Amino acid sequence: ERGHGPYQPHEPGYGLYQPGHSPYDDQIPDPKSRTLAIQNAKAYLLKSSTTSGLNLYDHLANMLTKILDEQPTNAVDIIENISKDVKWAHFQKKMDTLRDEHEILPTFEAAEKRKALFLKANGEGDEELEEEIGETPLPNVMETAFYFEQAGIGLSKDESYHIFLALKKLISVQPIQTCRFWGKILGLEMNYIIAEVQYHEGEEEEETEEEAVTEEGGKWVGEVEDEEEEKEKEDEPPKSTYKPPPVIPKEENGTGANKYVYFVCNEPGKPWVKLPPVTPAQIVCARKIKKFFTGRLDAPVVSFPPFPGNEANYLRAQIARISAGTQISPIGFYQFAEEEDEEEEVEGGRDTYEENPDFQPLSVAEMVDSLSAWVHNVQSILKQGRCVWLNPLQKTEEEEENEEEEKAEEPDELPQELQQEIGPPLLTPLSEDEGIQNIPAWTAQPSTNLIPQYAVAVLQSNRWPGAYAFASGKKFDNIYFGWGHKYSPENHTPALPPPVQAEYPSGPEITETRDPTVEEELAFKAAREEALATAEEEEDEEGAEEDEEEDD
Amino acid sequence: MEASSLPAALDLVSGGGAGLSPEKRAVLGSSLLLLQRDYRFERVWFWGCIQGVCGAYYIAEGLGPDRAAPRSRLYSLNCVEWSLLPPVTEEMVTQAGQLKGRFQGDPSFEYEYTERNAEDVERLFEDGKEPMIKEEARLVATIEQIDRAVGIIPRGAFVKTPLGSVSENRNFEGLSLAEAKRLSSYFHFTEPVNLKNKTLLEKADLDPSTDFLDSLEHDIPQGSWTVQLEKGGTVVVLRSLLWLGLTFYHVPMTKQYGYVYFGNGEKNLDLPFML
Repeated sequence: ERGHGPYQPHEPGYGLYQPGHSPYDDQIPDPKSRTLAIQNAKAYLLKSSTTSGLNLYDHLANMLTKILDEQPTNAVDIIENISKDVKWAHFQKKMDTLRDEHEILPTFEAAEKRKALFLKANGEGDEELEEEIGETPLPNVMETAFYFEQAGIGLSKDESYHIFLALKKLISVQPIQTCRFWGKILGLEMNYIIAEVQYHEGEEEEETEEEAVTEEGGKWVGEVEDEEEEKEKEDEPPKSTYKPPPVIPKEENGTGANKYVYFVCNEPGKPWVKLPPVTPAQIVCARKIKKFFTGRLDAPVVSFPPFPGNEANYLRAQIARISAGTQISPIGFYQFAEEEDEEEEVEGGRDTYEENPDFQPLSVAEMVDSLSAWVHNVQSILKQGRCVWLNPLQKTEEEEENEEEEKAEEPDELPQELQQEIGPPLLTPLSEDEGIQNIPAWTAQPSTNLIPQYAVAVLQSNRWPGAYAFASGKKFDNIYFGWGHKYSPENHTPALPPPVQAEYPSGPEITETRDPTVEEELAFKAAREEALATAEEEEDEEGAEEDEEEDD
Repeated sequence: MEASSLPAALDLVSGGGAGLSPEKRAVLGSSLLLLQRDYRFERVWFWGCIQGVCGAYYIAEGLGPDRAAPRSRLYSLNCVEWSLLPPVTEEMVTQAGQLKGRFQGDPSFEYEYTERNAEDVERLFEDGKEPMIKEEARLVATIEQIDRAVGIIPRGAFVKTPLGSVSENRNFEGLSLAEAKRLSSYFHFTEPVNLKNKTLLEKADLDPSTDFLDSLEHDIPQGSWTVQLEKGGTVVVLRSLLWLGLTFYHVPMTKQYGYVYFGNGEKNLDLPFML
């Protein structure tokens, strides 16, 4: 019967269906030889491959089993991949144990460290619990993280909690009075988590006297030693007249740029490392260079001008700059302590403040609208690299005595008077911050426009991208998440090397004389011949006179 | 990153400190779905956020059946209402490349050309165009530049069909930990540039269905990517140093991967000095 025809050329049944014949006519009709053919086909399929030892029959059976088990959609499109997967699974089993143990080891170790954070220390009794519940320097990291999260800033809750526990561990080890999670700085190989800490008074460890060596070079200040050169023997090469600029001493621990001590770790769970205090030379140099942090504290900082220190010092200098530029608080929260003698002016402005017990928080709308509702609560760093200006040319009494003994001649040049540098005093409002080109220094936003009753005022710094601050009622905090560099719309131009120094002073005694020209030589020769000629004449005359005398 | 995996993904890239507030997260879940419905996208990617001085732009990309085709880009100021950005042209990219400084936060802001040759300005005047560029154009040009330069995917995540279109590889099970730490396991998801320069030997090893893109190995300058293991070694995070703020995450041996940009929208031209 015809049934479906006529088939068009593009349809699959075309050519196969002829009236009176079935489509299977070309196959072997005889049942006995058909089973023989089937057995031959199966035997062929069961033949093992010479290269891999598999046979097609088993492989097809595995593949179809897998497909029927998993029932993927559009299996025909991915059939080759399924085939590859089945073959791959063959070889997986043998190498499984070896590979697994080898690979995941680093993650297991890291998990161990993180788990250790959650274990309570041994031997803890009830007394310690009471102590903990009382006044503790541990900041409530989760609360701060919640407020920042309202603005879309911050780490995941897991990481915040790990940092919380890591800070707790730090406090239990070091004698710490106040502690704050300062922020996170990203690096190339590893990141830094930074805690800002203040020690109890008097409990700070004594540091080794590394600074003494560098300070000796700065003692000879303002003295000119040119005269000594001329008295030297002529054989020796002249000594260098280079006087390095005076080394500005770093500020004492607990004041100025070193007011806080910073601890860093790469990941919560790893031990905290204390950063060394910062020196003004490091800050001045850090302003000129821009380098990524690698994540290893002992990595060298290769730059020009050469940075005096390694990555730990560079990190500390950047932290100091960021703190000085972006640590802010709502106006009125801090006030200056009442001073007993109002007449005595503290040089460089006041550097201490205390909390104001009568602080009335402004509303969120006010905090966002005007930048004068916020003030800096960290002293700004002067160009010199310190917060309090120090004249490096001022001599102490000892130095003055030394100089009077050794001063032989009057110096040719007087040392230049350095201008006293002054910076904005502590607790200046943000409206005084200068922006970069036409961008204001800070961007203020409420965390949400939909629910203004519970919004949080959030400030982002445009000069140090990554520095944020929030305020909500009486709570406020600052934090930093970023790479640790200042924003500049212009490209960074590294400092050029200084011009080559003159090796020696030019004077007439070492300047070469010009070679005489040909005319000059001829003129000189002519003049000499004339002189010779006149001399000979004189000799002849003298000779004649002598003869005359002898004759007598 | 895929809109459907947004919450989990945001947790994984938050190592850099940038993320979204709970309000934005909540609204993105619905508004991205609605985008998919309205524009008939097959996939919607949340691209990231460009921070301007006064406000921020939230960017989403929509993909059609061919994942490598030019994507539609949309921006929003509040994650609720989205506007389609004009398709990007090469001219826009070159013009935007000359602009410096932060984004303003206002899409209709016009930048004036400050450094242009007198000839070019005259030429523009003759054409009847004003020598100004709108922030919208700068925005879409910047997104295109970032996608071209640092938009990456793991190797094997996408396959090229014999017809030329690109689609997700359903057999991609994730990179192993060792592979995930190598830069050669990641590709730029854009027109390949270096592929033809490979030697015949190298080309013989490549699998044309998965290796049809440039890998990150030969990026200039070398070292412009940082590869880190975060969260105790369970997530591989790649951060670009050329466009600071672009973060790519991948959980090894799973299908989770994606990239997002949280930043200023400015290229880090100081990179060679900083390495």
